[in-house]
Amino acid sequence: MTTNPPPVVQLQGVRKSFNVGQPNETEVLHGIDLTLLRGEFCAVMGPSGSGKSTLLNLIGLLDRPTAGALSICGEDTTTFDDRALTRLRGHSIGFVFQYHHLISAFTALENVMMPLLADAGFPNATITARAAELLDNVGLTPWKDQPAARLSGGQQQRVAVARALAMNPVLLLADEPTGNLDTKSADAVFDLLRRVNQTQGTSVLFVTHNPALASRCDKIISVVDGQVVDGHAEHP
Amino acid sequence: MSLTTSPQLSRWLPFEWIVALRFLREGRMQTAFIIGGVAIGVGVIVFMSALLSGLQGNFVKRVLSGQSHIQLLPPKEVVRPLRQKGTAVEGAIVQAPLQRVKSIDQWQSIAAQIRSMPDIKVVSPAVSGSALVLRGDASRSISLNGIEPDLYYRIVPMDEKMVRGSARLASTDMLIGTELASDLGVGVGDKLRITAANGTDNTLTIRGVFDLGNKGANTRTTYVTLRTAQSMLGLAGGVSVLDVTVKDVYAAERIAQRITLQTGVKADSWIKTNEQFFTAVSAQTTVNTAIRFFVALSVAFGIASVLVVSVVQKSREIGILRAMGISRGQILRVFLLQGGLLGLGGAVAGSMLGGIALILWQTLATNADGTPMFPLTFDPWLFVLALVLASVTGLVAAFAPALRAARLDPVVAIRG
Ligand SMILES: Nc1ncnc2c1ncn2[C@@H]1O[C@H](COP(=O)(O)OP(=O)(O)OP(=O)(O)O)[C@@H](O)[C@H]1O
Ligand SMILES: [Mg+2]
Repeated sequence: MTTNPPPVVQLQGVRKSFNVGQPNETEVLHGIDLTLLRGEFCAVMGPSGSGKSTLLNLIGLLDRPTAGALSICGEDTTTFDDRALTRLRGHSIGFVFQYHHLISAFTALENVMMPLLADAGFPNATITARAAELLDNVGLTPWKDQPAARLSGGQQQRVAVARALAMNPVLLLADEPTGNLDTKSADAVFDLLRRVNQTQGTSVLFVTHNPALASRCDKIISVVDGQVVDGHAEHP
Repeated sequence: MSLTTSPQLSRWLPFEWIVALRFLREGRMQTAFIIGGVAIGVGVIVFMSALLSGLQGNFVKRVLSGQSHIQLLPPKEVVRPLRQKGTAVEGAIVQAPLQRVKSIDQWQSIAAQIRSMPDIKVVSPAVSGSALVLRGDASRSISLNGIEPDLYYRIVPMDEKMVRGSARLASTDMLIGTELASDLGVGVGDKLRITAANGTDNTLTIRGVFDLGNKGANTRTTYVTLRTAQSMLGLAGGVSVLDVTVKDVYAAERIAQRITLQTGVKADSWIKTNEQFFTAVSAQTTVNTAIRFFVALSVAFGIASVLVVSVVQKSREIGILRAMGISRGQILRVFLLQGGLLGLGGAVAGSMLGGIALILWQTLATNADGTPMFPLTFDPWLFVLALVLASVTGLVAAFAPALRAARLDPVVAIRG
């Protein structure tokens, strides 16, 4: 390869307003420039309400910027319709949220299978084997047939990570995945993300309020009042 | 389906079906209640429809076991008022003429013509007129029916209706009804003197006694051979009735009209002669249709309201699914399917309810002698129709909630 692969995420002048056209219109993100390279593990920090989740939702194609350009793997998404966004999201991006991540009607294994199943249309042995392998990687094989709701918070979050990795995404968006966990579980989930990042080369955006965890990332960006303030890149 | 019993996902079910079934299973109470509601509605419809068609079928069977589907009769004698040059009426009061036994013109060729038409089973010529039967001091007025047994018995199976003796007729034999037999105190082998209106006399031997299931008919109706009746009623070589049966009894009126058109002889179908009954049936059918419509409507509202609640309850999970790359179309189908499945499930349960009600009706609503009031036929199509209609109703009802689910903004849904 003569040229480097395009950045996994590239934002240029991205703005986001809510309640556009209404009296309570508010701009939450004020012109964000951001680049995330392939294989980068980046912490996102910032005070509550500064716009971290809003930023992640935009990058995850769950929401659209009000202005600015957003590319995923070199593809400019501003002109995409919902179908194309959904497709790109399903194939390239994995999500881990803070709460309520699993579908309660399904078991741990079935939750991990969900994205694969939705993509393939029908269950098959390959899908089941892949889900079982992912669940094994997060150390939950003994719990694979448990209904999701019966797992502990830490276990649920590990299932969510396994599920986010099911489609082998290039980008993992984790919005305070450890915010609700005790230190031990939080460490376990973080180590898991770190390992995935290092073994699969998955780029990770990791929102956290925990400076200790943030310091273990490749770099940190800080979001304050809807703007990225100069991050101090840390290299291991 | 392994889906409801074990954690294994069925390999034959597509993604949307799996999610829809799981969501329904998870919302046990809601699912059970709405299926119960749909079942009651469907059960009532199944029961009512079966009852109505049973009633109709029973009537039709009773009517048709004793008469032909179409009858051709010679034109009635009418008197027209005298007119002067077509306008002024001269003799305004017209007396109804006396009806004599008349023959159908050219009946042989007409019968042949009808036999060659499609969908015709039997054409049977007959002569009927009134006569007097004498025995000792007693006399009774009877209706003398001359028939060709081979043909007529294919229309009215007299052998099945015989109580005593046999239905075989020779030229000096006759068959009489049970009432007449007991009135006159006669039995098989006894001789009766019959006097026709024109004074012709004949002595006939009773060959058998029948029961037509109707007191009037058992008193008045008698059967002799066609030839005997022709000579007694002064109608040598002629017939006064052509009885016709057709393959599809409900096509009788259409065929009768065609016969009238092609032969010029007035043909009346059993449908025409039982018009009142069919008017009543069609009124019933209208009511039944209206009830079906309103039941379907309430089923639709019930299913829709359950799904609206379910969409709200599941909105966060819908958001998560969307974040995983599940498309709007897939979410839409998941909820449409739930509606269809609720309709189908309700219809299955309702068909069972209706079936049980019908069995109970058969055993509980009986005549004095313990036989069912009238036999109900279990029409599998009724059940198939109920299943299809209920599923479609469920699908339609699910449309608005499903659309709402598909249009949920995943960001808002996940934030909760
Ligand atoms: N759908 C919305 N409509 C209106 N305002 C919104 C919406 N979503 C977010 N906001 C506002 O945007 C701002 C940023 O919210 P966001 O959730 O991105 O913050 P955050 O940095 O993730 O905070 P936290 O650390 O508490 O999760 C907040 O003031 C919030 O009230
Ligand atoms: Mg947040």
